[in-house]
Amino acid sequence: MKIGVLALQGDFREHIEASQACGHKAVAIRREVELNDLDALILPGGESTTIALLARNYNLIEPIRSKISSGLPVYGSCAGMILLADRLVGGVEKQETFGGLDITVKRNAFGRQVDSFEEEIDFAGRRVNGVFIRAPWVEQVGSEVEILATVNSHAVAVRQGSILATSFHPELTGDLSVHTYFFDEICR
Amino acid sequence: MSEATGTARVKRGMAEMLKGGVIMDVVNADQAKIAEDAGACAVMALERVPADIRAQGGVARMSDPDMIEKIQAAVSIPVMAKVRIGHFVEAQIIQSLGVDYIDESEVLTPTDYENHVDKWKFTVPFVCGATNLGEALRRINEGAAMIRSKGEAGTGDVSNAMTHMRKIGGEIRRLSSMREDELYVAAKEMQAPFALVQEVAQTGKLPVVLFTAGGIATPADAALMMQMGADGVFIGSGIFKSGNPAQRAAACVKATTFFDDPKVLAEVSRGLGDAMVGINVSDIPAPHRLAERGW
Repeated sequence: MKIGVLALQGDFREHIEASQACGHKAVAIRREVELNDLDALILPGGESTTIALLARNYNLIEPIRSKISSGLPVYGSCAGMILLADRLVGGVEKQETFGGLDITVKRNAFGRQVDSFEEEIDFAGRRVNGVFIRAPWVEQVGSEVEILATVNSHAVAVRQGSILATSFHPELTGDLSVHTYFFDEICR
Repeated sequence: MSEATGTARVKRGMAEMLKGGVIMDVVNADQAKIAEDAGACAVMALERVPADIRAQGGVARMSDPDMIEKIQAAVSIPVMAKVRIGHFVEAQIIQSLGVDYIDESEVLTPTDYENHVDKWKFTVPFVCGATNLGEALRRINEGAAMIRSKGEAGTGDVSNAMTHMRKIGGEIRRLSSMREDELYVAAKEMQAPFALVQEVAQTGKLPVVLFTAGGIATPADAALMMQMGADGVFIGSGIFKSGNPAQRAAACVKATTFFDDPKVLAEVSRGLGDAMVGINVSDIPAPHRLAERGW
């Protein structure tokens, strides 16, 4: 498959490497034309405010929205989860998201960097090392949304149809379980 | 298994999230908002930007906690703050404020002319400056989770940043080309721990994120540093000492993302007004150069 990773800011290189390690072709996406011919899209970790602003400036919001609504499989980690959420708590004024995922996300919900942590968690029947960095959590989910992982009863991984989002960063761990789940169970 | 905070992975991972972004020096909440609205991925809260520290002289110390907290309240992006080299109590204080990253910085007046802060003792991650690979690896050995090349802060002259990026990159490439049995002497010569030298030789990169800093004043400067292999850019005096900070800040953010696209760089370089006036590094007497602080 050909995987596009939104490369405006953040840890897009790690997502490209993880996708390649799963045996796929992965390319950095900075422009609208680069969205064509993708089998899936990944929105990386980073600063959601910065990514949203750059996406607005470079006219990527609507094209990505239309790709998501037309069913292109998409996975977002951390900032990527925020960018996929239909509703946002704790964002900056007028912070835009691509949306598509019927959830309310709370930004920086686990706290500041001194509260960032790693912990083994269950993700869709797999044991993974969850790395949470100034991480959001999901406050509320719509009826179509399946919760795949929780920490202290807060949802930290969710799926709705072809959209996957995690508030942690599997791309930083070298463990390909979450990427494999996305490619094998959502993208096929 | 229970939660583990302050691990090397979450400290270094925090820096990974800043990659491809611009971290801007701000001295008050209004500037912090301008930086956030322009797309900064983090702000550095300090009382005086390096250009003013240089102009006004005197001992430069950590900022007033009140001022840092006002900036934390004003923005949702990460907030960093500086402590003097070796001043571990300033670091304890800054950590207690819940700051997201500490910069143990040569821009402030050093406290200890032999030792840096033992950064492993802290939950909050540290970024430190380096002019060469040996210095970078000594800082990583002390627990730094992010490195920035130093440049010469407060000048608007990007030449030293260029020198340091070339130096660090060149030394990494040199290690990668060496035989395994030559790395012991390489470690001795660059005064760096052997294990880290070996790791760099094997991976061909630093084990932490490498940003660049010091003298970056224009979108072209930012893009130059990205093309030189920086993971991201610190801009100190360059934004708020210029004619139109909001526009210049946004332009530098775009230039950092589209660093390899001259058309975008031309577009964002138009009509920015006056850049900071600046000082040529060669006009600063060597004892007053900040980059030479750090051991």
